[in-house]
Amino acid sequence: MASISLKVNGKPFRIEAEDDIPLLWALRDHVGLVGTKYGCGIAQCGSCTVLVDGVATRSCVMPAKSLGEAEIITIEGLAENGGKSLQEAWVEHDTPQCGYCQAGQIISAAGLLKSNSNPTDEEIDAAMKGNICRCGSYVRIKAAIKTAIMKGGVEA
Amino acid sequence: MTKINLSRRGFIKITGLASGGLVLGFHWAGCTPVRPAEAAKVVLEPNAYIKILSDGMVILMSPVPEIGQGIKTAIPMIIAEELDVSWENVLVEQAPLAPELYERQTAGGSQAIRQLWTTVRTAGAAGRRMLMGAAAREWKVPIAELTTSAGIISHEKSGNSIGYGDIATKANNIEVPEEVTLKDPKDFKIIGTSPKNVDVYDIVVGKPLFGMDMKKEGTVIAMITHPPAFGMKPKSVDDSAARAIPGIQDVFTITTFPEDIETRWSGNNAFPELVVVTGESTWNVMKAKKALKIEWETVTPGENTEDHIAEMERQISGKMTEPDRIDGNPEATFRKAAKVIERTYSAPFLPHNTMEPMNFYAHVTGDKVEFEGPTQTPQRLRDVTAQIMGIPEENITVNILRSGGGFGRRLYGHYGVEAAMISKKINAPVQLIYTREDDMTQGTYRPDYRVRYKAGIDADNNLIALTVSGTGTDGGPVASNRFPAGALDHYAAKNYSLKSNISTGAWRAPRSNFIAGAEQSFLDEVAEACGKDPMDFRLELLERAKNDPVGENNDYDPDRFIALLNLIKEKCEWDNKVEGIYRGISAYYCHNSYIAQVIDIEMKDNKPILKKAWCAVDCGIVINLDGAKNQVEGGIMDGIGHAMYGNITFNDGVIDQKNFDKYRLIRHGEGPETVETYFVDNGIDPTGLGEPSLPPVPGALANALYRATGKRLYHQPYILELEEREINLG
Ligand code: FES
Ligand code: FES
Repeated sequence: MASISLKVNGKPFRIEAEDDIPLLWALRDHVGLVGTKYGCGIAQCGSCTVLVDGVATRSCVMPAKSLGEAEIITIEGLAENGGKSLQEAWVEHDTPQCGYCQAGQIISAAGLLKSNSNPTDEEIDAAMKGNICRCGSYVRIKAAIKTAIMKGGVEA
Repeated sequence: MTKINLSRRGFIKITGLASGGLVLGFHWAGCTPVRPAEAAKVVLEPNAYIKILSDGMVILMSPVPEIGQGIKTAIPMIIAEELDVSWENVLVEQAPLAPELYERQTAGGSQAIRQLWTTVRTAGAAGRRMLMGAAAREWKVPIAELTTSAGIISHEKSGNSIGYGDIATKANNIEVPEEVTLKDPKDFKIIGTSPKNVDVYDIVVGKPLFGMDMKKEGTVIAMITHPPAFGMKPKSVDDSAARAIPGIQDVFTITTFPEDIETRWSGNNAFPELVVVTGESTWNVMKAKKALKIEWETVTPGENTEDHIAEMERQISGKMTEPDRIDGNPEATFRKAAKVIERTYSAPFLPHNTMEPMNFYAHVTGDKVEFEGPTQTPQRLRDVTAQIMGIPEENITVNILRSGGGFGRRLYGHYGVEAAMISKKINAPVQLIYTREDDMTQGTYRPDYRVRYKAGIDADNNLIALTVSGTGTDGGPVASNRFPAGALDHYAAKNYSLKSNISTGAWRAPRSNFIAGAEQSFLDEVAEACGKDPMDFRLELLERAKNDPVGENNDYDPDRFIALLNLIKEKCEWDNKVEGIYRGISAYYCHNSYIAQVIDIEMKDNKPILKKAWCAVDCGIVINLDGAKNQVEGGIMDGIGHAMYGNITFNDGVIDQKNFDKYRLIRHGEGPETVETYFVDNGIDPTGLGEPSLPPVPGALANALYRATGKRLYHQPYILELEEREINLG
């Protein structure tokens, strides 16, 4: 067992957990933020994506204790951290079907727009390729990303 | 206008005046309120579907599990329409399992809207009528002189008007009407519009909505390990390493279902014995699960993909005896045909891979069970649990949560029963979680299929005979009375079946999800052999089925089919051939709905690129227009993805694909760039849309790829056939 410090959505947390706990389970079971989802556990589906210092990161394979002072932003904190335009665009296009993948999709899009405020279609596909939507909402996800860009994108 | 007599509809009973619970409006993420925020009291519950609040807002109950099909928005839209409130004033709640109040609480077979259409309209109309009754009493005027609009009752003569919230407080002792009149569809104000999915705000801000997200005090996390191969069971368990992991509480084996009720869930119960680990947190339990050393023993021999294919090929190769349907004499007709074409199509097992893996909460205390989680069949969960655990049904509650995908997988709620058995054993509330690997290798697969079509063409290029033999694990895919049955004088169809120890189940549009693509690919090839345009060829056959149908039991309406094809033909400008666009058409009828699709492919650097999908739908009246389009887009993406990539293979009973590194699902940029969907406007009572948009897709895809590349595709996943032919996708 270890005592691990995390900074999530601007707030410090100290959790007692297994030494090797991935960020995903630290967030879900210890910090109490369950918006970040488990889908595969091996960095293949993107459901668990969070921002670590602004970079879209698969939390299921990221050891929590490696993060130190890094700024972690989850879907719960995205609106206050520059990503509201994406969430609004997602609503405008009524993008979700079951909704389970969408937190990860939105966070991946936020990561993309933070590093590239005006991506091409190919760049969007490349950045989003790690996020599976089993319900097949890809057309709407892309449309929502474009709408968010038009409305000012995300704050870097 | 339809008059509905209520005397035979037991659900329209007054559920009693509400206890006056407080209902809070909600904000979205602290920004623009999307609902008025004031607290309001429930003042009247005219029936189980409706709660009227003092401020005029209404809570509408959604009885059917939401699995991503949009039912939690659609059913309340129908109620709101007949209740005559404005959609802005509607709050929606998911109803728990309550068969005494709700007729059908199953998400399956694309039947929810179709089967509940009249019921929920009636509930809304009855509620409206009761409020009008209260106003009539209050104003001492005949009810017939009252009108309603957007939650307000008006009396034109006196100029009186009152909101539903205000009159509801005075609706005591108003009787349930004996008869209600339903709206004329031309007066619909909500049905046919496009409100957002009622949970969309909560989804995009990451609110806990799913079974995986529910954290109840004192809940123990449980995981199961099932055998590594179908046909095996645990022999001995060495749990010393697992128990050494901090936070691990227990390791034990459970036997889930007695023999005689195993088929309640699927064709067979592949893994009746499971090893269980319980503990404090998910990660610890996951680690302990990996640390288990289990010795397995073989009960029945492990099977192989090759053997399945060989056996299915053997079944459909013989002479067809005792066909399920026969018209005329196809064999004799083949002998005198100018041309005979024979083709074989196949597809592998497919896992459902709902994005949210199987999970369920159960708390057993004495002879009570409390359930919560994602299921498509809450009633069946209760039945089976009652039967297995010997607990009275009325002591079992099921709280239905939003499912992170269903696709048929959550029709099989064995994981709920497992959670209850674990809870009973450890005497604590349990949240059972499957890992992705557990989920993907557990079975309940879409069966593997193989089908052979044979067509005879005469010297004038007319299709004169057609036969089809199909087989698959736990039953063949052929629907013998569907098109082109009825359009041909000489026709025969036959299903065979393969027995297997690998469990199969319903997967989005069972059987149709394979046979539609095979049939539509074959008809495309036959049309070409006849020298006919594939659209005209289908229309010609449908005209025959309409004007001079063969046989009695044809399971489709040629008129609706023809109207559908004409709609897509017009919308995609089929007759206007565009240079460089390669098109495939496909159309199918299933789950009471008709769907036609056209896929457009472009070649770039010699590689096919999916540009666009067109879709025409006849599902009768459309409830949520944009929601329906969303379903269609998803079905098309899903259909393309599975036909192109989906593949479960097995060796000695071991599934080769255990997670998304080996199992390929369609990803961003791999589907069509745009999808255009059109609905036939015929005013017919609505049917379903969760499943029907998927089945035709593999046909449209294969037919378009053929036009683009010159190669016909027969065996899914298409990607393997394309690779064999050295065709790379763009
Ligand atoms: S759960 Fe992390 S990528 Fe799938
Ligand atoms: S909306 Fe269901 S997985 Fe994406």
